[in-house]
Formats: sequence, C-alpha cells, structure tokens
Amino acid sequence: MATPWVGEAETREPCKGDAKDTITSMKRQGIAEALREGIAEEMRRDERVFCLGEDIGVPGGWGGAFTVTLGLEKEFPRRIIDTPIAELGFFGVAVGAAMIGMRPIVDVQYSDFIFLAMDQVVNNAAKMRYMSGGKVKVPMVMRLPVGATGRGAQHAQNPERYFTGVPGLKVVAVANAYDAKGMLKSAVRDDNPVMIFEHKLLYGSKGARAESGALDATGDIPDADYTVPLGEAAVRREGSRVTMLGWLLMHHFCMAAADALAAEGIDAEVIDVRSLAPFDYGTIGRSVRKTGHVVIVEEGPKTGGVSAELAAGIMERFGDSLMAPVVRVASADVPTPFAPALENAYRPDAARIAEAARQVLVY
Amino acid sequence: MAGPTTEISAERIAEYDRDFLLSLYERMVLIRQFEERVKFLFLQGSMPGTIHQCNGQEATAVGVCAALDSDDYITSTHRPHGHALAKGLTPDELMCELFGCSTGCCKGKGGSMHVGNIDKGMPPAIAIVGGGIPVATGMALAFKLQERPQLVACFFGDGATSEGAFHEGVNMAAIWNLPVIYACENNLYGASTRIDKVTRLDHVADRAAGYGIRGETVDGNDVLAVYEAAGQAAEECRSGRGPVLLELLTYRLTGHSRRDPSHYQPEEERQEWDAREPIGRMRRGLVQRDDVDAADLERIRANIDRRIEEAVEKARRDPKATAGELMTDVFA
Repeated sequence: MATPWVGEAETREPCKGDAKDTITSMKRQGIAEALREGIAEEMRRDERVFCLGEDIGVPGGWGGAFTVTLGLEKEFPRRIIDTPIAELGFFGVAVGAAMIGMRPIVDVQYSDFIFLAMDQVVNNAAKMRYMSGGKVKVPMVMRLPVGATGRGAQHAQNPERYFTGVPGLKVVAVANAYDAKGMLKSAVRDDNPVMIFEHKLLYGSKGARAESGALDATGDIPDADYTVPLGEAAVRREGSRVTMLGWLLMHHFCMAAADALAAEGIDAEVIDVRSLAPFDYGTIGRSVRKTGHVVIVEEGPKTGGVSAELAAGIMERFGDSLMAPVVRVASADVPTPFAPALENAYRPDAARIAEAARQVLVY
Repeated sequence: MAGPTTEISAERIAEYDRDFLLSLYERMVLIRQFEERVKFLFLQGSMPGTIHQCNGQEATAVGVCAALDSDDYITSTHRPHGHALAKGLTPDELMCELFGCSTGCCKGKGGSMHVGNIDKGMPPAIAIVGGGIPVATGMALAFKLQERPQLVACFFGDGATSEGAFHEGVNMAAIWNLPVIYACENNLYGASTRIDKVTRLDHVADRAAGYGIRGETVDGNDVLAVYEAAGQAAEECRSGRGPVLLELLTYRLTGHSRRDPSHYQPEEERQEWDAREPIGRMRRGLVQRDDVDAADLERIRANIDRRIEEAVEKARRDPKATAGELMTDVFA
C-alpha cells in the first residue's frame, strides 16, 4: 500500500512551511482565529465535517475553552454539537461516526482530559483500521490544548508523549497560525485519526479568554485555500553549528535562544519539529549531518518524553555524524506546579536552552 | 417479564411463517455448531489464540439481527462469533480469521476478539468491555446527520453496564434521540463475577429510566421473544423514538474463555438454564407444527455441519498471514 507514512521521508522535497511568495491576499491572525476559519472553511467544503465537544457552540458561551469555535454554531447549527461532560463517551462517538463516513473534529478543553478518553483513542481510533485488515477508516481530528499556564497540575500537562508511540495515530503540534490552519485542513482531509496539539500561550485568544504570559504566534494567513502537510518538520532559522529541535512553545523559546547565541557568534539552526508521529527524519537528518550537534527541547517531564524517542532515533540514524552526545532540555520529573516561581523552574526557558547549546558545543 | 421459561408454545409458533422460523433455527444451530467445532479445534491445539464463546446465547444474536435490515449495523464484543454469524458473515471468513489466514474477514489481523466485516454492517468487534457502546452511539449520530434511515444494534454483556462508557454512550444517544438498540446480553456473569455482586438493581433494564429512555427485560433464550422485542425497538428507533435498552436474559453454557470450567456457576443454576437453552427449546416448539418434522431439523443440522467442515478445511488450507503483511493496513 502506498503511504508516505511508512518508512522515512529521507528524499522529500525541502519544506516550504511559509510559502508567502505564492500568496497575494493575506490577513494577520492568531492561532485561535486561524483554526476557527479553517474549521469553517472545511465545514463549508465538506458536509461530512462536524465538531463535537464541550461548550463549543453555546450561544453566549466561549466557543470552547479557547474560543476556537466561537460563533460557528450560527452558520452550522446542526454540525457544531455540544456534548455532555463525557470525554470517553464523545471520543467514542467520534470514532463511530468516522467509521460511518463522517469527519469529526473533536476536542478536549484541556489536553489533561484526554486521559478520560484514552481507551477510545488508543484502542479504537488507532487500531480499527489494522484490526479490520484495512477495511475500516477512522478519519477523525482531535484537538488538544497543552502547556503549563498557572493552573497547577491537572490543566497543564503535555500529553503528546502518550500518543507518539501508538501505531495508527498521526500526531502534530502547531506553533504558529499559518501551520495551525494549514495542518488542521490537512488533518480534516486525511483518512486517519490525527491529533493536533496546540499551546494555550500561543492561541492569541482575546477578551475574557485571553491568557496571561501569551506569546505572539500570529501569522499572515492567505485568503486562498492552502494546506500544510502533516509529516514535515520546518527549518525556521538556518545555522551551521548546532541543531535545536522543539515544538509548540519550546520552538519559540528555541528561536529566542538562537538570538542570544547569535550575539555570541554561535550560529544555531532551529527546527520546528511539528510532526511528532511520524518524525520527519529527512529534514532533521539533513540538519544533524550539517551541524553534528543536537539540542532537543520539550515542555513536560524529561523521563519518557517525546524527546527521548527523538534522541534515540537520531542516534540510530545519524550517530556517525554526531560530534557530541545529544542533549535534552525538558521539564523536571515532577507534576506541573502552580506557584509562578515553581512553574518557571519547571518549564525550560531560553536561557537554559542557550546554555545547553553552549555545553554541547564544548565537544 | 416473568422468569425465563423452558418452552415456546404451539400457539406462538403457529403465528409465524414456517421458512422464517426455520431460518432462525438454522442460524442458531450454525452458531452452536460453529462454537462447538471451534472449541474442539482450540482444545486440540490446532487453532491459535484464545476464545470467548457464546454457546447457549444464540437466541440473542439471532433474534436481534433478524429484526434488522441488511444495511443496519451492529457492534460486538470480545464474544463476537455469534453476532458475526447472525449478521451474515460466513463461516468461511470467520474460521479463516480464527486460523490467522490472510483470507479471513480481517486478514488475520483481528483474530477471534475482533472479527467483523464493515461491508456486512459489522465493524471489528471491540473487546474492551463497554468500549463499543459510545462507538455505536457515534454510528447512529452519523446516520442522523446523514439523514439515513439505518440503525445500530449494540451488543454488550451485563458486565459492561458497570463501565463509565455505558453511562456516557447511552446518555448521549438518549439526549440526541439516536437510533440505537442497546442489546444487553445478561448472562448473569461478568467473567466469573455474578451480577448481583455488582449492582443493587434487579434488572439491567431498570437503568433505562436513568436516561429517560425505554427499557425492557426480555427472555433472551426465546428467539421469538427477542425478535419481537428487537422489532419493536427497531420501529421506535426508525421513527425517532430511540434509543431503547433491551435486557436479554440468557446464560453461557461454556466457560468465559479458553479452558474455564465455570466452577462459579452453581450446578442447580446450570441445570435450570440447560432446560431453557434456546436451540432445544426452538426445536421442541417447531416440531409441534404439522409442516415441520424432526427430519427437517436433522437435515438443517447436517447441512450446517457440512458447511462448517468445509470452512475448517478451507481455513487449514488457505494461506496464513505472513510477515510481509505486518506493516500494511496501519494507515489509510
């Protein structure tokens, strides 16, 4: 069966994450707005697409926890479906509807709640196609907001790690508005279950749903339809000395660290990993072979994280190009704390990332 | 309802068309003989894997599926062979799957606990207890959004009613008036734990009131009673008055799995349920008709035994799944 998801995309064309040169008409949007527009466009294009979740279409409500579906129920009264607080149940509902030819977009308000739906995601969504011998398709999109944001231990985790090793799932993480809309569209059009991780500090949610400490992840969003492929990493800053790999908020921190390193004359290459399952070892490998030094940055406890798999994968594939051991910068192995000082200590920051790069360059 | 009885009266048997009755009988015998043959092959060691069998529960699968249209769907459980045969999967495609053949209904990638064929209205059986309940709700939501008239019959056991998935899945179908028949096969035991240890309710059907839907307790070893209850539930679902919870009282005449000798089933209880077992009961009912005699029924059984033997021969002969197929069918 021809699928680009089997094996590794070693010979793929270079990534064109922001192909601005081909676009004429644009507008500036944040991630929440871009996702909202992407969902609406896909729902207009394809009547099989519908949204399922908590508080997503209540008039006078919020449009989900982070305003992504705000107002969509006016245009799609039948296809923006508010559920009871029942994550296990409505993720199962999404699996069943997807098997019958619908294309659900289902979200949890905070990714921490996905643990309630684990059985449906891992045992049903991911495995149905294989168990059926290739007869059943489960084209569903799952959206999950992550990140430590002053809410303590249960509204703060980065659960990407629990899904990247589940065969049958595609997992992406979107760090800017352009990718958010483009990858959402690719996910809706994909015939497989796709998890999209989003970061609370990057949404650009406004008004009462704004997040303190948010970063600017807005982008120039073309008016024309576009997609961003699901399986590709993006080189966001070219450099020659060290490869810095991160995603979501950590990608932004890597960019800041690269600025600091540049002031010291250290030329860092920064890659937004974006596709966590599968990894784009083509793009990553080209960079590793060029720099020979790797720093991987992850929000979430270091032990058993996505970065562990990525480090091992780099060692296996490109170990002969490495001039130093791969270094990981990740959160401490503790639950996400509440107090601002503790949270800042928990989450990697640009200073720690830059320091890790300096250390790896000692070799 | 009153407790299950041991007979089907001549009057009720007389109300039905002969061929229809014989088709129900034939389908139940097919399931029983299939399970008996599978058990032998498993104990003999010629079949890989594990098995969860439905001997004694044939009337629930056959009665419900007889009330469905061919384009309706079912969901099933870790004990799916009977549901599959009742929904129209062939003994060949099932037996080949159980033998790990690439010609099986899931190309040997599903196995006993995941048999299914979506083209025949049965996605792979879901072997996590209760896991299929929200999925059935979602299939019915798709029908509603697509404005299609189909319905889903969702099979699960009494054990599943303790799962959160039961509560969440049934509740969502209730609030959205979805066309689902929740068919609870209450065989009194979740694995080895008797139902009265895990609920204070006398009947699973009583749970329906908690969701504002209709529930009914049915003699699940009387295939006609099951057929009639499922037919009424189907009619309600198709006219927008679903979902319905049917509690089908039945009994497992074999172990929970593999070599389970069922020592937790009291001898007296087993004897009572042996007397209510659905196939003998249907046979005794049928021969009360002037147009059915024992030889007709014997012929049906002989034909089925031949079909099953052919399925076994095919499964022994057909190509088994090979390592070359390991990596396919993960993604669409």
